[in-house]
Amino acid sequence: MKVTLHVWRQAGPTAPGRFVRYDMTDVSPDMSFLEMLDVLNQQLIARREEPIAFDHDCREGICGACGMVINGRPHGPQRATTACQLHMRTFPDGADLWIEPWRARAFPLIKDLVVDRGAFDRIVQAGGFITVRTGSAPEANAIPVPKRDADLAMDAAACIGCGACVAACPNASAMLFVAAKVSHLGLLPQGQPERSARVVNLVAQMDAEGFGACTNHGECMAACPKEISIDFIARLNRDYIKAAISHRQG
Amino acid sequence: MELRSKVPSGPLAEQWERHRSEIKLVNPANKLKHHIIVVGSGLAGASAAASLAELGYNVSCFCFQDSARRAHSIAAQGGINAAKNYQNDGDSVFRLFYDTVKGGDFRAREANVYRLAQISVNIIDQCVAQGVPFAREYGGLLANRSFGGVQVSRTFYARGQTGQQLLLGAYQALSRQIGLRKVAMYPRSEMLDLVVVEGRARGIIVRDLVSGRVSTHVGDAVVLATGGYSNVYYLSTNAKGCNVTAIWRAHKRGAAFANPCFTQIHPTCIPVTGHHQAKLTLMSESLRNDGRIWVPQRKGDTRSPNEIPDDERDYYLERLYPSYGNLAPRDIASRRAKEVCDEGRGVGPGGHGVYLDFRDAIARLGREVIAERYGNLFEMYQRITAENPFAVPMRMYPAPHYTMGGLWVDYNLMTTIDGLYAIGEANFSDHGANRLGASALMQGLADGYFILPYTIGDYLAQVKLDRLDTAHPAFRRTQAEVSDRVNTLVAAGGRKSVDAFHRELGRLMWDTCGMSRAAAGLQEARDRICALREEFWRDAYVGGTGEDFNQTLEHAGRVADFLEFAELMCHDALHREESCGCHFREEFQTPEGEAKRDDARFGYVAAWEFAGVGVAPVLHREPLEFAAVHPAQRSYTE
Repeated sequence: MKVTLHVWRQAGPTAPGRFVRYDMTDVSPDMSFLEMLDVLNQQLIARREEPIAFDHDCREGICGACGMVINGRPHGPQRATTACQLHMRTFPDGADLWIEPWRARAFPLIKDLVVDRGAFDRIVQAGGFITVRTGSAPEANAIPVPKRDADLAMDAAACIGCGACVAACPNASAMLFVAAKVSHLGLLPQGQPERSARVVNLVAQMDAEGFGACTNHGECMAACPKEISIDFIARLNRDYIKAAISHRQG
Repeated sequence: MELRSKVPSGPLAEQWERHRSEIKLVNPANKLKHHIIVVGSGLAGASAAASLAELGYNVSCFCFQDSARRAHSIAAQGGINAAKNYQNDGDSVFRLFYDTVKGGDFRAREANVYRLAQISVNIIDQCVAQGVPFAREYGGLLANRSFGGVQVSRTFYARGQTGQQLLLGAYQALSRQIGLRKVAMYPRSEMLDLVVVEGRARGIIVRDLVSGRVSTHVGDAVVLATGGYSNVYYLSTNAKGCNVTAIWRAHKRGAAFANPCFTQIHPTCIPVTGHHQAKLTLMSESLRNDGRIWVPQRKGDTRSPNEIPDDERDYYLERLYPSYGNLAPRDIASRRAKEVCDEGRGVGPGGHGVYLDFRDAIARLGREVIAERYGNLFEMYQRITAENPFAVPMRMYPAPHYTMGGLWVDYNLMTTIDGLYAIGEANFSDHGANRLGASALMQGLADGYFILPYTIGDYLAQVKLDRLDTAHPAFRRTQAEVSDRVNTLVAAGGRKSVDAFHRELGRLMWDTCGMSRAAAGLQEARDRICALREEFWRDAYVGGTGEDFNQTLEHAGRVADFLEFAELMCHDALHREESCGCHFREEFQTPEGEAKRDDARFGYVAAWEFAGVGVAPVLHREPLEFAAVHPAQRSYTE
């Protein structure tokens, strides 16, 4: 099949960026989207042009490294699929594909399609954990966890930290990412002692990083490759209000 | 070079306990004065960095990914073993130990494996306390599943994302220490060399992958947790960035490399679809719990799988290994798959595939149960192949997946360079010639949470280290060497792309040093690797600059190291004139086609000392002594 690519090229954070057109022929429908970009990059290298920079690593949809907006949709058109797991058979022959980086103030651009998602790490550092010193854990079956809670916690914990939720949100909000972490740990008995402090600290860091606020568009859930539900945002809001009262009292 | 394994004396079951009581401690105030460098942030690296920082050490942690959370441990699907015996099915520390030693075809060090089995139970406790959402029974207690090569149910899991959840637990513990400023985290940073001062590891040279800046970092000890080298085959289940560079650089500075030819080819991966293939995707071994593996009895049977009646199917694993059936260990399952495909009975395009069929399991348990157990794996398969495993059997073929070889370490996980440690997949320690499923996560976390934090103190308490800064001649010299190499690579203005070299090397290694090996092929491979390496330095094209985010340059450095390392791998495979575990030499097999060990000649760990690029390495042997288990011909037939 043939496709026409329009790829955002930008040499660095302060350099001007623009779309560059590439016509691809002989694209196999069995190629993944990133394999198609690999082939293009090999062609660019052969022509002594600079290859397109893009983040990727596991190519199994779990590391969260890859991410690009394809025809206006983070990770492209297929439901519950990261860019690395998207296959060219998803697109019609002759398709026009517009490829851009995540665009959000809190994710500064590094080069071409690569952005800096360090803000997510700093949010977790602010409290996205359960404090447990190595060696001090009680016997694993000492505290039963109802299967329903464990399953729900797992639904939230499935977040891969790719940032598609931020890229999809008109406000560039990180609410779904934060809600997933708050819910994952807040649903488990082990997460209770720090539950209030956690939600307050995570939200404060999210705001400090320059992410926008949530105004219930729901675009994040539609874009999320792990289909994390905005129900968790409701849970975050509930926890936050409760904590805002109780936390102040220590 | 002398190999001193430092295995404690006394009965196996008491060695670790006694060792822990006898090794030297660093007092809490002195811990604050020590600085430890950890390279890699996967299960081993993140758990070590977090635990060391909790103890009071100052830690710097480096990873090439954009976040510590993305290390390739995250892709482990199936689970983690522990001898909890929650299923009351007869499991014990000894049984886990025994299964692991036997699974490794008696090429692992008994003392290390026993310790691993002992610690396995603490790992589960630790992870549950961190909030890892393991699968649970309706009563709220932890659930288990079984895995290949064993007859008990001891694997803990979090859907098909166990590695992800365990890594996030370690990453969160690490993040806490970063927040407390006990760990300085350096993402998008690649270690390009080790600095050795007066025989001791004292620091590393790092390239910032965004700015291209080459910097030096001083420490009192260096811990390499940089994973395995399956990408020497180009096509593997590893992430694209996985590489041998850190451990290879350490090897060139004096760390012995043990059993490099022990590489595991995983039996259940999605077959190659075309020349564009960038990597291979593994489907968890847990699928073999309920899926049945078969090929048509007749060669060239092109009927669709559902049209082939049962009596014309060959469920070859069930036929050959009645007691283990589809749960035969990985090395055996892979080899048998290759065999039936080589016979012309393979399925799918090119005939490189076998069926993994859930028809009977769906009939027995219902679609819902299967969806609950494997739903996300089925979806992943369907996304990649556009086929629905509920309706047609999956097609599978083996692919390189894990490397048992790695830097040689003693019982304290220290390499042959003082102050240099290797943990997780980067070392050679626990899996012998074949790793059992769900044991990699166990080993990574055992090393990082529960072994290294103790044993590193023993070294730091006894060694007198001079205060150094990066102006020291050894640092300046090593930094200059690294910068020169980067500049040489950037300037490479040949005709052939780095990726083309990597693919060519990978193909060669797969054909000659992959699932089965023979002397003639290995000898030829060594010559061809030499020639390819020369061609690389003469005719590769990199482009761009060194002071920029340059992914081709990153790749070029890694491929250059693979081109040196591959030769050592072939050398090791050639020297080991026996078959054991994943190392299958065609010349050495039983009449049934199983691996035929030669304990008298090869009952040792082969630790290689670097002697120069293109120069034959020097062999050092660590004899393996078995006190608790008797090495036997490994049998999974009854």
